[in-house]
Amino acid sequence: MGEVVRMTNSSTGGPVFVYVKDGKIIRMTPMDFDDSVDAPSWKIEARGKTFTPPRKTTVMPFTAGFKSMIYSDRRNMYPMIREDFDPNGERNIQNRGRSGYRRISWDEATDILVSEINRIKRSDGPAAICAEPSSHHMWGNVGYRHSTFFRFMNMMGFTYADHNPDSWEGWHWGGMHMWGFSWRLGNPEQYDLLEDTLKHSEMIVFWSSDPDGTGNFYGGYESSIRRKWMKDLGIKMVFIDPYYNHTANLLGDKWLSPKIGTDHALSFAIAYTWLTEGTYDKEYVATHTIGFDEWADHVLGKDDGIPKTCEWAEGESGVPACEIRALAREWAKRKTMLAAGGLGGWGGACRASHGIEFARGMIALATMQGMGKPGSNIYSTTQGAPLDPDFYFPGYAEGGISGDCENSAAGFKFAWRMFDGKTTFPSPSNINTSAGQHIPRLKIPECIMDGHFEWHGKGFCGGDIQHQLHPYTYPAPGYPRIKMYWKYGGPHIGTMTATNRYARMYTHPSLEFVVSQSIWFEGEVPFADLILPACTNFERWDISEFGSCSGYIPDTYQLANHRVISFQMKCIEPVGESKSDYDIYAMVAEKLGIGPQFTEGKTDLDWVRQYYNATDMPKYMTFDEFAKKGYFVVPDNPDRKKTPALRWFAEDRVRDTPDWGPRLNNSVGGKGLQTPSGKIEFVSKTLTNFEQQGYIDEYRPAMHRWIPAWEGPRCELAKKYPLGMLSPHPRFSFHTMGDGKDTFMNDIKDHRVLVDGHYYWIIRMNHVDAAARGIKEGDLVRVFNDRGSVVVAAQVGERVQPGTVHTYESCAEYAPLGTPGRSADRGGCMNILTPDRYMSKYACGMAPNSAQVQVEKWDGGIYETE
Amino acid sequence: MKQWYKVIDVALCHDCNDCFMADKDEFVGNDWPGYTAAQPRHGHRWVDIRRHERGTYARNDAAYLPVPCQHCQNAPCEEAGKGAVYRRPDGIVMIDLEKAKGRKDLVDSCPYGAIWWNEEADLPQKCIFCAHLLDDPSWKPHTTRCAHICPNELMKTYFVEPEEMEKMIAEEGLEAYLPELGTRPTTLYKNLYRYTKNFISAGVLVDGDCFEGATVTLHSKEGGIACTPSGAGVANCQDTSVLATRTTNFFGDFKFDGLNDGQYRLEVDAGGRKYSTEVTVKGESVNLGFIKL
Repeated sequence: MGEVVRMTNSSTGGPVFVYVKDGKIIRMTPMDFDDSVDAPSWKIEARGKTFTPPRKTTVMPFTAGFKSMIYSDRRNMYPMIREDFDPNGERNIQNRGRSGYRRISWDEATDILVSEINRIKRSDGPAAICAEPSSHHMWGNVGYRHSTFFRFMNMMGFTYADHNPDSWEGWHWGGMHMWGFSWRLGNPEQYDLLEDTLKHSEMIVFWSSDPDGTGNFYGGYESSIRRKWMKDLGIKMVFIDPYYNHTANLLGDKWLSPKIGTDHALSFAIAYTWLTEGTYDKEYVATHTIGFDEWADHVLGKDDGIPKTCEWAEGESGVPACEIRALAREWAKRKTMLAAGGLGGWGGACRASHGIEFARGMIALATMQGMGKPGSNIYSTTQGAPLDPDFYFPGYAEGGISGDCENSAAGFKFAWRMFDGKTTFPSPSNINTSAGQHIPRLKIPECIMDGHFEWHGKGFCGGDIQHQLHPYTYPAPGYPRIKMYWKYGGPHIGTMTATNRYARMYTHPSLEFVVSQSIWFEGEVPFADLILPACTNFERWDISEFGSCSGYIPDTYQLANHRVISFQMKCIEPVGESKSDYDIYAMVAEKLGIGPQFTEGKTDLDWVRQYYNATDMPKYMTFDEFAKKGYFVVPDNPDRKKTPALRWFAEDRVRDTPDWGPRLNNSVGGKGLQTPSGKIEFVSKTLTNFEQQGYIDEYRPAMHRWIPAWEGPRCELAKKYPLGMLSPHPRFSFHTMGDGKDTFMNDIKDHRVLVDGHYYWIIRMNHVDAAARGIKEGDLVRVFNDRGSVVVAAQVGERVQPGTVHTYESCAEYAPLGTPGRSADRGGCMNILTPDRYMSKYACGMAPNSAQVQVEKWDGGIYETE
Repeated sequence: MKQWYKVIDVALCHDCNDCFMADKDEFVGNDWPGYTAAQPRHGHRWVDIRRHERGTYARNDAAYLPVPCQHCQNAPCEEAGKGAVYRRPDGIVMIDLEKAKGRKDLVDSCPYGAIWWNEEADLPQKCIFCAHLLDDPSWKPHTTRCAHICPNELMKTYFVEPEEMEKMIAEEGLEAYLPELGTRPTTLYKNLYRYTKNFISAGVLVDGDCFEGATVTLHSKEGGIACTPSGAGVANCQDTSVLATRTTNFFGDFKFDGLNDGQYRLEVDAGGRKYSTEVTVKGESVNLGFIKL
């Protein structure tokens, strides 16, 4: 028996100590700091008290149970080929999703793959190959998709399926035109707002925000302690959410529950109250906004005949008028933080058919109360820890070993520190550019099946506000149609919208070859012709920082209470015959004849060392010292000047925060927001230009307006499907990580329910709706609409009002009861039921939190459709 | 002699399940010889988090009660075990890996439902208070996995003399779950009322708007009334039947929590406008909606 060795690694849900014995992981725990060597924590003095965080890290549940993802009988243990697929003969495309698999060797698998790549490249060019990763696949700055995946794919050549800003949508397509922040996709900076809140705020309004439930993102449960401090200081907490969320249950003084799709009715009524009672910051509005008077007329109903009174808002949202008014009046009296969304921005309501107006409504309210003044801001309590931004360590969206400045944040700083251009080189893209060929992830099925698609905006458009308005066509001029699809990472069937489309896409005859590079046999992996077994980040080398994805969330390490840099050790050998993504690409690159360019003769550990030396880490220790210790707590800088977010804007000063924008060319004398006027634009100049150019967008006018949700309680579909379904980001899992795969998570009572040997996803409904349908707690029910059917287990309670049902999105399992893509699923893919319609004609984001459905007791049918 | 105790604050638990996952991480796939056989991959809940919803929309809440083995001082399983279950000198209740073979009956001996059957190992199993770790000097956190991982730090372990614990119980109002069983658990709960008792809640409206600052008093129906409040309001009243007083917040809301079943009388004084009603609490919390004055 060998010794137990304590190693280090990290995850999307926090860094961990990994205890390994005899080549097997026996446990994973959060990291406890060692006071004898680890730097002291920061302190905040506020209201006569001193606040300092615990000397350890926290982890999310999917990280706590990660061991069960590593050791799972759902792992792809060796390369496999679909048993009725013959690359030199009958491909049986129509059988994808139904055929079995046969084990093959890595040599055989890579031979087939390389032969198909070269065949397609010579018949149509590299753009006929589409490759597509999932979001937040595995943690690690070298292994992440912006790094290893892009380094390889850019050299091989491919059409990328760009990700839409799936957690930002309303802020991106709406908010950005009101206040800029394009480098954050329309979300605000959050610097030093923890201290500002502890010192000055009297109330926090959490609006579509559940930081203890779904809002901790990459930061474990680091922010929980902060809200405890705030509560202890007597700061009042009000929650607005159709679901009585977990933070509301834990800390809330009040819960207001608007019907899905009506948040903006509430925000308009609050604005109406302030306007008519004269209780808003008139001087701030006069000096910091444009278009306010025109907008105020709309609020008062002068243009559309609808005064947006609290009584009117009650009729739209179901929230009692007296409570809306009480909130508005208290808000006007108290220094209030608006926790709009879980991250300062984001929030389920921004991913809905009214998401654009939700986001703009949040900005409008914060503006009316002097956003940026002490204690008054948009702040969700999750970021804003007083960590030292001067220590340079990039996040995992900053390009890593690709240096792809167009498709990652490598161009901010990192590419220039990582590659000297003499001995080591980046891997930029030529096809995956604005002028090349690319497609939107949400419309991969349309591109494959229809062969033609038009849309606006290439992926995450952060360069400038107008970039998202740019029109694109597939196929791009002169480029070929896609013939091969290389899927990498987690499934889309659980995470995109109207996802039966994805299942149907796979059997389209134009798709000649499908590869899936995946750790687990789940989701849409069983549609592939060839399966390449990848391994987790616990089975290879990497490096990262706690909570730091960066990219479009600069300085996200502020989610955590300490800057913790982790050496992600290869704790065990890859399970079975699986390999790291890097080793898979290295093997394929070798056979493609681009091996030396891809690897530069380096292993993944060599790249980790090169990466380390491009950061500020060597100021403190050598790589070998770091590798031995496994982690590093970046020292606090108590002398740092505190720069609360947007204080500079409120005080009309040159920006002093370390944020990535506005760029010099968007500022005048270093002052002002990114908008053309430099102010908060209640009537957007960029959208006014767009309208004048002929792009009339019914669901995104230049001015923030009351527009009923296109899928919601007032739409035509609601007559047939009366229940509004809320499906925010999942609570215990992350994207598809942690769910399914026979993990421990299957046993979490509020995650899945075991009935007759199958673990069902959960839908939560009010006892009134349940009784009307004869449904009891634990019953299997069919949730359906014209888009499909999903069989789940009912949880009956009071956490939603009658007419609203609640579930989570992003399950990993797809288990069609009949023909894939055309029958009921019992894996839990609620996104089968969500609309594939874009948020507006030209705002090409998704609206999964708008889905009208019906629920009935499941009769055991498979609900096969045409 | 020092004993191990676990204290769980029900008011701070929001069902994150980190404790549940950490328990699985520690015991699934790992045999701890002399302590416990590995836990089966699915089905066991050595930390069983129980949900209890109270009230009705939209004056409702949910409490989560993590129930591990209570490590009772009068453990029914120990009695039923006849040697197959024993208490260590430090208070941790252990199932003997040899003597308990085949003893499926022990599963039913636990009134807390904290013992689980492992078919493959042919053994009853339960939380062992991470005794294998507490006995290992190299385990630096020196606590259980569930307490170590708890992000809200609501689950804590203490290794103290019983007298010291008695003091803490008194000072912090700690309680045993289901004390009527007489099992004398060493697992103790804070704010247990969130799971075991009920509330009465409402919002006070005056002329249709939420009224802040109304005085609301809760009386026991049986209790005597020593004086009748005059215009000065109940705050100055010497009514000996007053159980509690609340002032409405800016939403006009009040909430009396921790109530036993029984009949109560509620009196509201909203700036001179008064209202009184009788309320019965019987196994469920009461949402009175709006009180319109």
